[in-house]
Amino acid sequence: MNVVVCVKQIPDPAAPPALDPGTHNLVRSGKLILDDSDAYGVEMALQLVDAAGGGEVTLVSMAPNGETSGLRTALAMGAAKAILVSDETLAGSDALGTAKVLAAAIRRAEPDLVIAATESTDGYTGTTPVQVAELLGLPSVTFAKKVEVDGQTVKVERQTEAGYDEVTSPLPAVVTVTAGVVEPRYPSFKGIMAAKSKPVDTLTAADLGLDGSQVGVGGARQEIVSVVEAEARSAGEVVVDEGDAHERVIQFLEQLKIL
Amino acid sequence: MQFTEEHEQFRQTVRGVVERSIAPYVDEWEEAGSFPAHQVFRVLGEAGLLGIEYDPAYGGQGADHSYTAVLGEELGRIDCGGVPMAISVQTDMATPALHRFGSHELKERYLAPAIRGEHVASIAVTEPDAGSDVAGLRTRAVRDGDEWVVNGTKLYITNGTQADWLCLLVRTSDEGGFRGMSQIVFPTDTPGFSVSRKLDKLGNRSSDTAELSFVDARVPVANTIGQVGMGFQQQMAQFQNERMIASYLAVGSTSYALERTEAYVRQRRVFGAPLLANQSVQFRLAELRAEVELLRQFNYACAEAYVRGEDITRMASIAKLTAGRLARSVADTCMQFHGGIGYMEETWVSRYYRDARLLSIGGGADEVMLRILARMDGLDTGL
Repeated sequence: MNVVVCVKQIPDPAAPPALDPGTHNLVRSGKLILDDSDAYGVEMALQLVDAAGGGEVTLVSMAPNGETSGLRTALAMGAAKAILVSDETLAGSDALGTAKVLAAAIRRAEPDLVIAATESTDGYTGTTPVQVAELLGLPSVTFAKKVEVDGQTVKVERQTEAGYDEVTSPLPAVVTVTAGVVEPRYPSFKGIMAAKSKPVDTLTAADLGLDGSQVGVGGARQEIVSVVEAEARSAGEVVVDEGDAHERVIQFLEQLKIL
Repeated sequence: MQFTEEHEQFRQTVRGVVERSIAPYVDEWEEAGSFPAHQVFRVLGEAGLLGIEYDPAYGGQGADHSYTAVLGEELGRIDCGGVPMAISVQTDMATPALHRFGSHELKERYLAPAIRGEHVASIAVTEPDAGSDVAGLRTRAVRDGDEWVVNGTKLYITNGTQADWLCLLVRTSDEGGFRGMSQIVFPTDTPGFSVSRKLDKLGNRSSDTAELSFVDARVPVANTIGQVGMGFQQQMAQFQNERMIASYLAVGSTSYALERTEAYVRQRRVFGAPLLANQSVQFRLAELRAEVELLRQFNYACAEAYVRGEDITRMASIAKLTAGRLARSVADTCMQFHGGIGYMEETWVSRYYRDARLLSIGGGADEVMLRILARMDGLDTGL
């Protein structure tokens, strides 16, 4: 079974993020790392391929620069190869633009299953995977907390607020996985060294038949009009126990409609 | 030492494993007085961290020693001394001689499971009457046909209550002194072996330390590591790995302690200004950071010499001596700069203070390092 995992390389969340004052976009010119939320998808894919007894995991990613550090991490985990779409015309792409690029790249890999995280850790739109599914004409199942493949179908336990739904879908399909679907492995030294020689196929938008009217700033249908500072959190209320603390805590929780 | 992108990725792997599988449990393990070595070592084994330099034929990673330096520095950032010590006993104290001198069968049976993290290993050298003075050890193995019959006692043995096997140094002849010793892989399910007691220590509490007893315990002569009678020499070589990893760990732990102390003196206000506004505080931190950097670079020089195959006895002894003394200075300064809160168990400082003290004692005390250096430098007059 061949699985494509959509992965995003993002600025290290441990470092303070910076916004471009002109475009309001996140500055992504420096070193990029594998989005932590994608490690779950990579691990899930590796386990599914292993369980199927054959096939390989291909990474598909888009980056405005030719950065591959994050891809190397996923390759070191065990993915076989990567397709990186990297092109200046992609800068300023919105979620749909990104989905067009990813969908075109995924088509080349002809996968049995496409896996993505529910959302990225830097953008948080959570829309790209379902747009990819739509563009590819594939069914999509989101928020998977468990994934099993049985022949030509994928069985998913889909996280809901109340519990989970059991969903079965024919393959190929797009499945988004939550953190916690599996425990991602860490790349070993052997994995890290092996990743050095694994192929990363670097493509431009034009290679995929896309131009500046469809992707990048020119193709974007979303515009970030302004950015404002998040409101500072106000100090919490301290409940001093004078014998009635439990009642006051319950009252407070009822106000929040938690109870 | 030339560090590459691969070293950085490997560092992230170690850091990730520590953050996910060790850091959240350290307080609990310190409280309990031991940590679940088998459970933790399985995780480390799966990430390939227990046999970095070892032959891939036995499950090792086949990396060069520079990656061990990275491993040590990162393990040193664990918020206690016990767990990093226990891990490095497995990787750099109990197994190097087996890898270097052991037979293929012995490596398949004991090294491979230790690399996978299925076996926990201990290094059993110290005895009630022989620690720094290794030549004085008395535990004896007498040959009876194809077996060694072991009698004696070992003391202060890290991982001692949980170990599946020991790298045991014993007398196998009456030659005396450093002659006539052998290293034996000793499985702890051998009849006649027992853990006499688990020891209560000042620090490194998350790591179990034991006194071990051997009464007519029989192990195959085939379990001898390398040559019969060469145990002392083989152990001396193994001690070099122990001293190098101890110095790498010290760079990690002192760096981390100084980072946290810096953060504290920046935010702690005294007499209307941050504590760091005092030049005496700035200078002390700058001085200690400089000393850590010197040790780090010296460690790298030592690691390079080791990779080149040189005898690193002198360098490893200098590194270990320096590391022990530096750890004590850093711990003392961190405690002083934290003041009363640092003396409380609720902060990391008190644990660090007591854990750091061990480095000048274990793995060859400062005085043993000085004795080696005095002898190598021709200062020992022999009188």
